[in-house]
Order: sequence, then C-alpha cells, then structure tokens
Amino acid sequence: MDVVSQLQRQFVDFTTSLYHEGFLDDQFTQLQKLQDESNPEFVAEVVSLFFEDSENLLNNLANALQQQIVDYKQVDAHVHQFKGSSSSIGAQRVKNVCAAFRNLCEGKNLDGCIRCLQQLKLEYSLVKSKLETLFRLEQQILAAGGTVPSMA
Amino acid sequence: MGLKKQGHHHLVAVRLNEKLGAKRKYTFIHKASLPRIVVLWFVFMCCISYVIYERMDADNEERRKEVLTSMCDQRARMLQDQFSVSVNHVHALAILVSTFHYYKNPSAIDQETFAEYTAQTAFERPLMSGVAYAQRVVYSEREAFERENGWTIRTMEKEPSPVRDEYAPVIFSQETVSYIESLDMMSGEEDRENILRARATGKAVLTSPFRLLGSHHLGVVLTFPVYKSKLPPNPSVEQRIQATAGYLGGAFDVESLVENLLGQLAGNQAIVVNVFDVTNSSDHLIMYGHQYQDGDMSLNRVSMLDFGDPFRKHKMVCRYLQKAPTSWTAITTAFLCFVIGCLVGYMIYGTAAHIIKVQDDFHEMQELKVRAEAADVAKSQFLATVSHEIRTPMNGVLDTNLSSTQRDYAQTAQACGKALITLINEVLDRAKIEAGKLELEAVPFDLRPILDDVLSLFSEKSRHKGLELAVFVSDKVPEIVMGDPGRFRQVVTNLVGNSVKFTERGHIFVQVHLAEHAKAVIDAKAESCLNGGSGVVLSSGSQFKTLSGCESADDRTSWDTFKYLVADEEFRVATEETSQNVTLLITVEDTGIGIPLSAQEQVFTPFMQADSSTSRNYGGTGIGLSISKCLVELMGGQINFISRPQVGSTFSFTAALKRCEKNAIGDMKRLPSDDLPIAFKGLKAIVVDGKPVRAAVTRYHLKRLGILVEVVSSIRMTLAMSSKNGSLRSKNERQPDMILVEKDLWMSGEDGSVNLRLQEWKPNSHTFKSPKMILLATSITGAEFENAKQVGFADTVIMKPLRASMLAACLQQVLETGKKAQQGKDNGSSFLKSLLCGKKILVVDDNRVNRRVAAGALKKFGADVECADSGKAALALLQLPHDFDACFMDIQMPEMDGFEATRLIRRMEMKANEQPMNGGSTAEGREAEWHVPILAMTADVIHATYDECLKCGMDGYVSKPFEEENLYQAVASFFESKLNSEP
Repeated sequence: MDVVSQLQRQFVDFTTSLYHEGFLDDQFTQLQKLQDESNPEFVAEVVSLFFEDSENLLNNLANALQQQIVDYKQVDAHVHQFKGSSSSIGAQRVKNVCAAFRNLCEGKNLDGCIRCLQQLKLEYSLVKSKLETLFRLEQQILAAGGTVPSMA
Repeated sequence: MGLKKQGHHHLVAVRLNEKLGAKRKYTFIHKASLPRIVVLWFVFMCCISYVIYERMDADNEERRKEVLTSMCDQRARMLQDQFSVSVNHVHALAILVSTFHYYKNPSAIDQETFAEYTAQTAFERPLMSGVAYAQRVVYSEREAFERENGWTIRTMEKEPSPVRDEYAPVIFSQETVSYIESLDMMSGEEDRENILRARATGKAVLTSPFRLLGSHHLGVVLTFPVYKSKLPPNPSVEQRIQATAGYLGGAFDVESLVENLLGQLAGNQAIVVNVFDVTNSSDHLIMYGHQYQDGDMSLNRVSMLDFGDPFRKHKMVCRYLQKAPTSWTAITTAFLCFVIGCLVGYMIYGTAAHIIKVQDDFHEMQELKVRAEAADVAKSQFLATVSHEIRTPMNGVLDTNLSSTQRDYAQTAQACGKALITLINEVLDRAKIEAGKLELEAVPFDLRPILDDVLSLFSEKSRHKGLELAVFVSDKVPEIVMGDPGRFRQVVTNLVGNSVKFTERGHIFVQVHLAEHAKAVIDAKAESCLNGGSGVVLSSGSQFKTLSGCESADDRTSWDTFKYLVADEEFRVATEETSQNVTLLITVEDTGIGIPLSAQEQVFTPFMQADSSTSRNYGGTGIGLSISKCLVELMGGQINFISRPQVGSTFSFTAALKRCEKNAIGDMKRLPSDDLPIAFKGLKAIVVDGKPVRAAVTRYHLKRLGILVEVVSSIRMTLAMSSKNGSLRSKNERQPDMILVEKDLWMSGEDGSVNLRLQEWKPNSHTFKSPKMILLATSITGAEFENAKQVGFADTVIMKPLRASMLAACLQQVLETGKKAQQGKDNGSSFLKSLLCGKKILVVDDNRVNRRVAAGALKKFGADVECADSGKAALALLQLPHDFDACFMDIQMPEMDGFEATRLIRRMEMKANEQPMNGGSTAEGREAEWHVPILAMTADVIHATYDECLKCGMDGYVSKPFEEENLYQAVASFFESKLNSEP
C-alpha cells in the first residue's frame, strides 16, 4: 500500500513536471481522456506510433539535409508531418521546434536547418525518455496493484 | 505555412507589377510628343487659314473681273450702237443730199435748208459735233464753180487753194461747223485720204483720231460718198469714182461725246475707260482717255469696237480706277477659322493632357492598389499567424484542477482568449460587412451567459473605474432563442465597450426585455403620467432611482418603469407565446459624458467620433457603432440612442430572433461555462439593498442559480425579519441560507450602528446552519475588507459585476458545495455520443499519429471509424455506393490535398445524382441525393480557410488537434441539419 501511494505520488509529481516544463500540453490530457476500458492501451499505442514515425522522419530529415542540393519542399513536408504528429500527442516542445524549423526551411537556411534538426533530435529524445519513464511508472503502479491517478 | 503563402502572394504582386509595366507601353499619347503635336497643329491651322483666304480672295477677284467685263462690254456696245446710229443717219443724210440736190433740178437744197435740217435732226446724231457736205469739183470746173458760188476755194489754212486736179469745197454745213464752208476738204491730209477711200468703197470711212478744228478735241471724221447717178449693182471702183458727186462728212467729237455717254452710266466713277484706234497694230492711237496709264494696272478688259469701217479697228480698254480693296470678309473668315482651329486644338490638347494625367494617375493608383492588395494579403496573413499563435497559448489556459475561484478566473481568462480570437475574426469580417456579404447564423443560443461573458470582458475596467456594471434579462425572454450569438455578442460588446470607455462614474446597465412588453409598459406609464401627472415629481431628491443613483439620459429606464417590467409577471401577450418570432429590446445605459448634440447625427457614420479630442482622450477608431448598426439591421432590428451631454447615453437596439423549442436545447452551441451548477437549487437568500434596480439585478442572477430571493431595503429590516424568524421558528418560514449586503449600504452611516448587532446576531442561530454573510462590492480597499471581515462578512466578498457563473463559483466556495460542479460538462459529451454512436466515419489524414488520435476521439463517442492515409485512398473508399455517414478530411496532404479530394468526391456524387435512379437503389432506402458530409481538419482558425472549405464543397471544419467542444460544435451543426432534412 505504501509502495503504491508512493508510486502514485511520484507519478503525479512527474506528470506535473512534464506539463510544467512544457514537454507536454493539454493535448496529451485530451489523449488520456480518450483512453477508457474499451481502449485501455490507447495512449501507449499512439505514443509508440509517434515514436516510430518520428524516428523515420528524423532519418529522412537527416538524409534530406545531407543531399548536395537540398530539396526544401521535401524537408518542409517532413517537418510538417512531424509537427502534426507531435501536436497530436501534445509534445509541445517538439512542436515548437518544428514551427521554428519550418520558418528556417522557408528561408532556405541550411545551417539553421541542420542546427534545428539537432535540436529536434534532442527534444525528441527528451520527450521520448520522459514518456517512457511515465509509462514505466504506470506499469509499476499497475503491477503493484494500484490505479493510475487521473490527471484530467 | 503562413510564410510560404506570403511568399506566393509576393510573387503575385510582382507579376501584377510586371503586367502593369507591359500595359504601360500601349498608352496612345506619349507625354513628350505633345508639344510637338501642338506646334504642328498650329502650323497646320495657319496653312488652312491661308488657303481659305486665298480662295476667298480669288473669288473676289473673279467677281471683280466679271463686273469689269460686263461694264466694259456694256460701254463698248453702247458706244458702238450710238456710233452706228450716227453713221446710219449720216448715210441717210448722204442719200438725202443726192436725192434732193442732184436728182432734182433745180436743187431743192441750199445752205440754208441744209443748215436748218441738220440742226433739227442733230439729236439723231448724238456723237457728232456737226456735218457738212463738200462737192466734188475737178480743176476744169473750178472757175465756173467759184463764179457760181461767189467765193474761191480755200485750203484748210483758209488760204486760196492752189491748183489741183480735184477739189472738195464744202458747200453745205451745219451751223456748228459753219467755219469750214468753202474750205477744200482735199487739202487736209486726213480728209483727202478719207474722201478717196470713201468714194472707192462707197461706204462710210473714218479717219484716224486727230484734234478737230474749232474744239481741239480728239475726234474722227466720218466721210460718206454721194453719187450723182444711180450705180449699177456691184459697181467697180472706177464706176464709183466716176459717179461721185460729193462727200458728206461729219466730225465725231469722240472725247466729249464718250464722256457724255459714260456719264449716263452707273459705276462711272469706278472705272477708267480708254478708246484706241488700233488700225496700225504697232502704234495705238488714243481716241479717248489719257495717254499715260493710271488706275489699277493688274486688271483690264479689252472690248473690240466696230464702228462700221472695216479698214479701221478700234478697241476699248477698261480698268478699275482703284486697286481691289482688301477683302475684310476673307480676312475675317480666315482669321475666325484660325481662331476656331486654335481653340479646337487647345481643347484637344487640354483633353489629351487630361487623359495623360488621368492615365498617369490611373497607373499610379493601380500600383498603389497592387501595393495595397499586397499589404492586405500581408495583413490577412499576419492576422492568421497571430490568431494561430494566440490560439496555441490559449489552450494552455484550460485548467483541470483548480479551486472554484481560480476556475472562475481561469474561465474568465478563457472567455477573454476566445473573445480575442473572435475579435480577430470580426476584424476580418468587417470587410465582409461593408461588402454586404455577411450572413448571419441561425443557431439556438442562450443570451444570458453571453451577456455575462460580455460583462466579464469589462469587469476589470469597470472595477478599476468604480463603475456599477450590471446586466438584467427579463424572465419573459425565452431561455433559448435562434439567432447569431456571435453577432449579438459583438453588438453588445461594442455598446458596453463604448459605455465603459466614456463613463467615469455611475453605472452601465444592460437590460434585455421583450420589445412588445417594454413598449406596452412604457406606453402605459406615459399614459398614467399624462393622466395623473404625479410621475414627474419623482426626482425631487438628489438621488435618481437608477442602478447607481446617478441620473441617466433616458429616464424611462429608471425604477418607475423598471418595476413594472420586473414585477408584471402576469403579463402575457397571447400572440407572443404562440408565434415563432420574438423581438428583443436590448438597452445599454450609461452615465458617461454623453454625446454632444452636434455630433449626435453622425454617431453611426464610420470613423466619426464626437470630436478629435474624443479620440485623443479615449482612443478608438469610431468604427464600432457603424458595424453595430449594420449588424443590428441584419438581425432585423433598429439601433437608437438617447443622449444628454454630461448626463449619459442610452443605446437601445431591437433584434428579431426566433423562439426555440426546449427539446432542441441539445443542439445549442454550448460553452462549458454556460452550464450553471444546480447545487444551489432551493436555497434561500436575502438581498439587502436600498436601490431597487440594483436589487433586481442581484435577484436576477441568484434566480438563475435557482435560489429563492427576498429583497429588503436595509439591514435593520433584515435583522427584524431574522429575529422574528428566530423567535417564532415557524415551520414554513425557513432560515435564509445567505444574506447578501451591498457595500454602500453597509458603509453608509444609516446602518452603521447595526453592524455590531449584526455580528451579535449571527452566532445566535447556532442550532441551524447559520446564514452566510456576503458583501457585494464594486471596489473595495484593503482596509475596508478588513473592516468587513470584522463586522461579520467573514465568508466572502463578491466583486461586481455580478455574473451567474461567478456568483456560483463564490457561493460554491462559501457553501462548500463545489463537488457537484462537474455535472454540466458531461451534457455535451453525452450529446456528442448520441450523435456519433453507430455512425460510420471516414478519417483521412496522411499522418499516422493524427489519424490514430482522430479515430480514437471519434471512437470514444461510439463512432465506427475507418481510416485512409491519402486523398486518393479516401476517393477509392468513397466510390458510390458506400455506407459512410461522414468524412473528416485533413487539408494539407501530399499528392492530393483535402480540397482537391473533396472537389472530386463532390463531382462524383453529382454525376451519380444526375443519373436516373433505378429501382434497386431506392429500395435500399438511401437518400435520393448522395452527399456525404465532409469536415475539414485544419490547424488554421481564420475564416478565410473556412470559406475555402465551403467553396470546395465541405460542410464545415474542426480545428486540429481535436478539441471536444470544437468537434461538438461542428458535428452538431451538420448532424442537426441532417436531422432536419430527414423527416
């Protein structure tokens, strides 16, 4: 019982910090609301989709920016995708970097784009590890027989 | 995306500029060539004028010549006629002499007879100065002749004639020339030749002109032969000479006679006439006129004269005495032509210059237009970007776990944020209003929360200024009406905003009544005033019975009327209930600076403020009222105002809305804040307020929460009532749950003494749940707050303006009934569930994550979701026939975007709809028309995107990422319309 409540508090604190530090936004809350008994793995499913997509997109972006002649249209399309999926799951900081990226792309600023890509990778890995931590906590709570506190 | 678009528009602008540049080359007049054209035109006009002058001058000359010709010919003919008349007469005279002198024996003529006869017939020979007859005397007969006549033959020099073969002494003479009697005519050279020629030809002959004896005028002598025997026909010269008996001669005094003749004719002064003997063509002898030439040498006329002597030739030469006068007509005409030409030229020049100027201006304008359009596009883009950027942080405002007060603040923040986005859209709409393209929505809405929201927008400002800001909606106004809530809100916001801006003290009061009811009450009151006349004295004290006690411009809104409006519960207009239409009268009353009388006419003119100092002091563009007027007129109403400078203004407008059935409430656009908690139902409150209008407002808000309200006018009365309750404890009289006291009532000295008693009274009723003491205040200082706490208002102070939701939040805090607050929110969800449950919906998005989230959101509401990852895939799935109920379509997708896909789907459906239906398809129970609702999913929130969605056949749009409220609105609006279409 003690373990559960401790885990639960840890979970709440961690989640609050995620919102507070801007890793996640309201959209993630909305996402959590969509998860119910009929669809218990919804958030995890969406997030893992996001991870897959994001890794593909990051690879594609890295490739696209290494080309002799950079196809900014292509780059922009990738970033647009990235922005769409990140805003869908509420990964706010990734989304913001995407917005900046698109502006740089518009200006055909290669250096800026490469720098932005690095930043995007960083933010992505951050949010990925945070989300993974979050899920792990959730699993632990469930394993300990507790219920995941609702943030909504 | 915004930047990209901007770039594209920039390109458009540049292209337009290029087009303009190309167009510019085709201007038909070039500016630089204009002066050259003007000079050319001037020279051309000179030439034209000169030609005209020449032509007219030539005409004149021609006419002059004709005149001269006719005059000369006339003179020549007359002279010739008269001459021949004279010649004929001399001829007759010759025959007379031969008849009576030679054929008669003895002669019937002597000098006396001849002289008398010729004198009497002189009129027959107007040109002749005299006639004489000379007899032919051969030398052998001379002596006999001389003897017979008694004189010797003399020469012209009056000397006795020398011996000659032949003589021709004059024997008869007219008296005018009697001096030549006995003179031998053969002695003069001229006469001798004449005589010889005359007798040889048998005709009249003339001498060349010479100076006559006697008169010394120029003249010619005419000589006729007289034959003594009859001549054979065609006689030879010899025969003639043989037969010659004598010679009849006459002198033409040409000079004086022609003078005489010309004197009789018109135009004599104008011309010079000369008569010449031109027998010898190299030497013209002058017969008349001056030898040296004078007159106009440029023009003359020669007329030949025939005086009957074939040997002699004469001619007459006429010319004008004076040079041709300069033709003023010609000069004037030419000059006029020139002037007219110049004027025409000037006009054309002016026009051309004007055209050039206009063209230049036009090009400049076009350039400016292009620039303005580019700026407009940039502006729209800016707004789109900004609105998007505002929207994102607004989402962060949404809260989950806040205390009630915090929630109210958060809701205020959210409402403000939404209003801000609305405002941005309104700014975009402004152009639409002006273009007359604005269309109003007709959706069910509750205007009470809308008015609350409007108030909350201005609550900060009004608190700061210490204004009473209040809203009151009559009970008779239906809860739900059909109309355009956004526009309604916009108008009220604008009016209240103006009032707040221009009011420094007093109150701003928004009221909504049924127009007919209000009219009936006001009319009734006016009647009673007229009849009783007592209503006029009402404002005897310094206090007016308005919301704040300040005087208002329209005293119809004061308590005297208001109490009827509020209290007249039984008032029912039968037609009102049954008819679908409901007309509301909304008044916004303030006690501000008012509108100067001079500016009142221009209030609804765009950009007009009372004067320039107004905008300096209060800011604003002055466009709000004009937009409001447009909107009100679109809503089928009228906007009016009554204003008194330094007293205040009351704006009122009517809006024609439709009643809405209660069961349709579910369709309503609903904000989370709309739903008031029901936890307070049945509670009882006492409102302590000396001002009836203000008390009515408080009561209105409390009533909305389901709280029973009693109004008392002073704390003393409250105490009395409470103590009575406390002592009697009657079963039906319940202890009030709360007591709400107006701050100014508590502060005023009148009730100051009872404060302590109030405090004392409170713990007395410990057995029951003691009533909560609540202070209502517009503004409060820290010290006052402390003081209030001490005297018993420990529970809470509610800051005005009052709003039902805010009141609820405060009461929740006070009564600790907040737990049930969540209830309202589920209504929307459950409704959404009922709408979407079992519906088959296609989600089209190229982004897997988005797709999954959208599908998840829709599934949560029970929908059967299918996904497609591109426009093409969607198109394939939507091939007819299909069983999808709706489609959510992402707009920005590679290859085929949402717009394009929608267009293709619509085309496909149209084709299918055009085809005649076979029996099978109707049996399936399908709608006759294929039209799958398509909703766009977009991150853009500006209306421009929305318009584009509609243009390509979409039915609506939801913003991305999915938001329950937004989804709810979009889905509700199209499923509702679908429900309507399906009976």
